[in-house]
Amino acid sequence: VNDLSDLYQEIIMDHRRNPRNEGLPKDHTHTADGFNPFCGDKVSVAVKIEDGSIADVGFKGEGCAISMASASLMTETVSGKSVDDATASFEAFRTLLTDGVGDNSEDLDIGDAGALAGVRAYPTRIKCAILSWHTFKSALDNEAAPVTTE
Amino acid sequence: MSGPHGFDINAIRKQFPILDVEVNGHPLVYLDSAATSQKPQVVIDAIDDYYARSNSNVHRGVHTLSQQATDIYEVTREKTRAMINAADSREIIYVRGTTEAINLVASTYGRQNVGEGDDVIVSAMEHHSNIVPWQILCEEKGANLKVVPMDENGDLIMEEYDRLLSDRTKIVAIVHLSNALGTINPVKEMFQKAHVVGAVTLLDGAQSAPHMAIDVRDIDCDFLAFSGHKLYGPTGIGILYGKYDILSQMPPYQAGGEMIASVTFEKTIYAELPAKFEAGTPHIAGTAGLGAAIDFVNEVGIENIAAHEQSLLQYGAERIGSINGVKMIGTSEHRSGVISFVVDGVHPHDVGTVLDSQGIAIRAGHHCAQPVMAHFGVPATVRASFGMYNTTDEIDRLYDGVQQVFEVFG
Repeated sequence: VNDLSDLYQEIIMDHRRNPRNEGLPKDHTHTADGFNPFCGDKVSVAVKIEDGSIADVGFKGEGCAISMASASLMTETVSGKSVDDATASFEAFRTLLTDGVGDNSEDLDIGDAGALAGVRAYPTRIKCAILSWHTFKSALDNEAAPVTTE
Repeated sequence: MSGPHGFDINAIRKQFPILDVEVNGHPLVYLDSAATSQKPQVVIDAIDDYYARSNSNVHRGVHTLSQQATDIYEVTREKTRAMINAADSREIIYVRGTTEAINLVASTYGRQNVGEGDDVIVSAMEHHSNIVPWQILCEEKGANLKVVPMDENGDLIMEEYDRLLSDRTKIVAIVHLSNALGTINPVKEMFQKAHVVGAVTLLDGAQSAPHMAIDVRDIDCDFLAFSGHKLYGPTGIGILYGKYDILSQMPPYQAGGEMIASVTFEKTIYAELPAKFEAGTPHIAGTAGLGAAIDFVNEVGIENIAAHEQSLLQYGAERIGSINGVKMIGTSEHRSGVISFVVDGVHPHDVGTVLDSQGIAIRAGHHCAQPVMAHFGVPATVRASFGMYNTTDEIDRLYDGVQQVFEVFG
């Protein structure tokens, strides 16, 4: 039996109610759009890269609590990191949600986003949590086509 | 099961083994029958029995089993004919489901009869399966896809429909009962008008077949498409009904065994109806299950089912609609089977997860009807849809579940 409080943890609900870095920085250097056709979640991510680091990052979108909280947590996690470290955080987050790393999530360099580990117990919601992270990665890679979770 | 009181809900529920299942520690409340209905034991047994005792190919052997399989296959065709009051069982074509039925018509009748500058008319509340096949056809032929708009309640605007009809209209394809809104469309009147301008009509009966009697000769549709799995039968089997004269003029859809009369490398002569449209070994077990499902529905009585579901709809719309912060989507006076709603400030997927944690299965999403969502300005809705086995107690559980959503997201 899954406990809802593992999914909707306080930190996640806080990010949903008070999203960090909402809005796209005007002087961004990289941007991408993400879409989950399964549920209609949409997110845009814009990044300002300066001297190889994430100088500014923001998102806007609409979607479920998990997708919006995850977008907020993502921006907090990658903000100020070097592009390489931010990419490593993306990889770590993806591993956390898709492969699972047991209780070692605190070893991953993803900060509070580790609270999203509870999503693993809800396979249909993993895409919600990972959408903004894929979109961020896509922005870094400057891919032209919108990202989808399919 | 249909006694003097019409309807014994407890006796009906006993026929569906899945209703005893627990989900997340709670007795299952299954409110997703518009996606697929649950199956009564008689349907499960019919499929089992077919594989255990009669499995063979149809229309091929002289041996006993082949004859038994062929009987099962053809008896279900006749039961289907009777259910929809078609004139001739050769008008009943087995397909995989509603989607394949519509694709069949679009790629055969459509390709043959729709040309540049012609119009195909659908409505604003179609399922994607009654949009995309026509879109592809129109693109290929340089024809136009015209859409009958709807109002804020989710009713089609008939004056606009009248304006769209012209001598360029070749096909009018309309959903009988909207899967996203529950609206029942006035298809008989619409098809009458379509015939006046010489168009051919297709009725998408995927949602209506389990909820109401469909009489193809009364409605006077040229084609009817529906799925077995929403009618308490198995997945993978569905029906295309078409008027005999139209079907017999149509080119085949898929080619292969079963659909031929004779083959040489110079020329193939196609089989007569319905075999012309049933290439390859069909889903014989599916027809065994569908036949049992039709018997089951007949035994309960489609009118009894319709009345029961209507009372559930009224109770549900009132109870769920009374919750502060809940907005109903689709408020037509003519609807059935479905209540669709949104919860203030909470995405339908989060609603779905909270309800699931209490064993309540609803659909959260766009219901393969994105234009409907766009019309109402929502990304998705929560949809509770009813089957013959649902109860007002289950709607009370849904009510409590929605309260729980407010507790989690308060």
